[in-house]
Amino acid sequence: MFDFDGLNEIWQTITRNKTRSLLTAFGVFWGIFLLVILSSTGNGFENGLMKQVEGVTPNTGFFFTSSTSEPYKGYQKGRQWSLQLSDLEAIRETFPCVLAISPEASLWSNEDKNVVYSSRSASFTVKGVMPEYNDIQRSKILRGRFINDTDIAARRKVCLLGKKVYETMFEKGEDPLGKMVKVNGIYFQVVGVVRSYTENVNINGTIDESVILPFTTMQQVYAIGDKIYFFSLVADDNTPISSFEKDLKLLLKERHDIAPTDENAINSFDLSEVFNAFKGLFLGIHILIWIVGLGTLLSGIIGVSNIMLVTVKERTREIGVRRAIGAKPKNIIGQVLSESLLLTVLAGMVGLCLGVAIMAVVAMITSSMPSDNMMFQDPNMGFKAAVTATVIIIVSGLLAGVLPAWRAIQIKAIDAIREE
Amino acid sequence: MIRLQNINKTYFGAQPLHVLKGINLHVEEGEMVSIMGASGSGKSTLLNILGILDNYDSGDYHLNGKLVKDLSENEAADVRNRTIGFIFQSFNLIPFKTAMENVALPLYYQNVSRKKRNQLAMDYLERFGLKEWADHYPNELSGGQKQRVSMARALVTQPKVILADEPTGALDSKTSAEVMQILREVHQTGITMVIVTHERGIALRTDKIIHLKDGVIENIETNDPGLIDFNTEIK
Repeated sequence: MFDFDGLNEIWQTITRNKTRSLLTAFGVFWGIFLLVILSSTGNGFENGLMKQVEGVTPNTGFFFTSSTSEPYKGYQKGRQWSLQLSDLEAIRETFPCVLAISPEASLWSNEDKNVVYSSRSASFTVKGVMPEYNDIQRSKILRGRFINDTDIAARRKVCLLGKKVYETMFEKGEDPLGKMVKVNGIYFQVVGVVRSYTENVNINGTIDESVILPFTTMQQVYAIGDKIYFFSLVADDNTPISSFEKDLKLLLKERHDIAPTDENAINSFDLSEVFNAFKGLFLGIHILIWIVGLGTLLSGIIGVSNIMLVTVKERTREIGVRRAIGAKPKNIIGQVLSESLLLTVLAGMVGLCLGVAIMAVVAMITSSMPSDNMMFQDPNMGFKAAVTATVIIIVSGLLAGVLPAWRAIQIKAIDAIREE
Repeated sequence: MIRLQNINKTYFGAQPLHVLKGINLHVEEGEMVSIMGASGSGKSTLLNILGILDNYDSGDYHLNGKLVKDLSENEAADVRNRTIGFIFQSFNLIPFKTAMENVALPLYYQNVSRKKRNQLAMDYLERFGLKEWADHYPNELSGGQKQRVSMARALVTQPKVILADEPTGALDSKTSAEVMQILREVHQTGITMVIVTHERGIALRTDKIIHLKDGVIENIETNDPGLIDFNTEIK
């Protein structure tokens, strides 16, 4: 029910003392304003960081083999060993939570300038991967396509060029697709150009500076054989890597006659741990922001409450007269609460809107300076936080009015209108 | 209209003060009485009890045929709002409201619509010759005008009883006479009126003078209706 009459009654009292109302409201305004600015800025940094790791799936695990550290089943310790593609298939069968798995083989240039096209040459990393690699460390396909299953099955001599490789080996704007590039002495046909989402996060050398080959082709043409020393996998979001990491290692150890207790033979790196560390960091920052913001807001609310108390005291006679001519306690409570509510909500809303507006301008400025390395991205407090802030404003407005309202109803008409 | 039976009231302070010691009083409907007494005689306390602003310890108070005893805040507010009109010595107008808004305020607490209560307020202001002053704030009005506004406020709810606490206390004698003239006219419409005063000139303009001394009614002086004096100097 919208009580225009009551609102008018309240508005009259608030505007009666403009300076005081304004000063009081400023406390709440400032609290909310600060909360919006701080929380938006925090979000901006978080978004900026998240942008840096875009393309990396958080629930990723990396595994690499190492020499054994315990003798087992007649083998001596210190044995060098490697995995096979069949091991990866076994992992996929045993752990349905694994969404994508790909080995990765790297070949560094054994000579200067291992990549040659027409008259140009330069040295770049050479990687052999499976098609699923693009589900683990996603890269942006600028031209052509990624490695596909046919490439793997037929061991086709095709390659993908990293963005930087393309820029170095080709003229600007030249179509590389279908061209033959010599990599470590063997010719491959270019089927695509890829760019990593970010330059700051990469595993085993950045994709931008790599030539990517089908894993099976690489095994064959460079005579590596079915040996895998490094693979990575992505699990579904509900199954953290750490939950099956140990079982996975046990499976591999069993398949390769390695002591189950050998801690050294397979090493792993859980990317989600890094992500969680960052998440924890930002959670901490957010908590800090809300503590600071709410603290400021609280002092604003106490200010409102304090001023309302003074106002009630000053208006003792007025309240007494109102009581004498028929105001019920609920009328008086309603009036005081509504006054503090209206004051708080108005001030809070102005703070909210101004804060959001300023951050919108900041967002416009930052987005007009596009950069892959921008650590500050899209600062806004989010709809949920805005709703929370609004609820906080309303609740705090009511809370601020409770004590003054209680004081107000203690005023007896008889005390107020006493002539002395 | 007003029937007090053996009303006792004690204030419990550092030293208990027995203010009213068994008051028996009967004011008929349409009567205009004044209460006189020295300060400390209990006349203000009596008026507060009559106006349900204060409660009493023992006895019975019937207002308009209904027993007024141990009312809740809400019931008391309702009775005050509908049955009683107050006129105060210092007017007690709300400073940030115009004359019209002040008059309309009691109707606000009856949930009368804004349009209707402003119309009613204007009617009463017009009746007291203040139509042109409706949009003025109390501090722009003279003492007499303020008291007329407060009388309009007391009457706008069409109460049964008007309780006036030293209504001319803050006014000069000429204005006092005018105010008393108006009160008399209001009384002619059949409203019961109780006026607390310490000025004999005021008391002489009422039907009955109740003399209060040390918490008891000393005597009741009845003025001859034909001889009610509107010409003696009030002060």
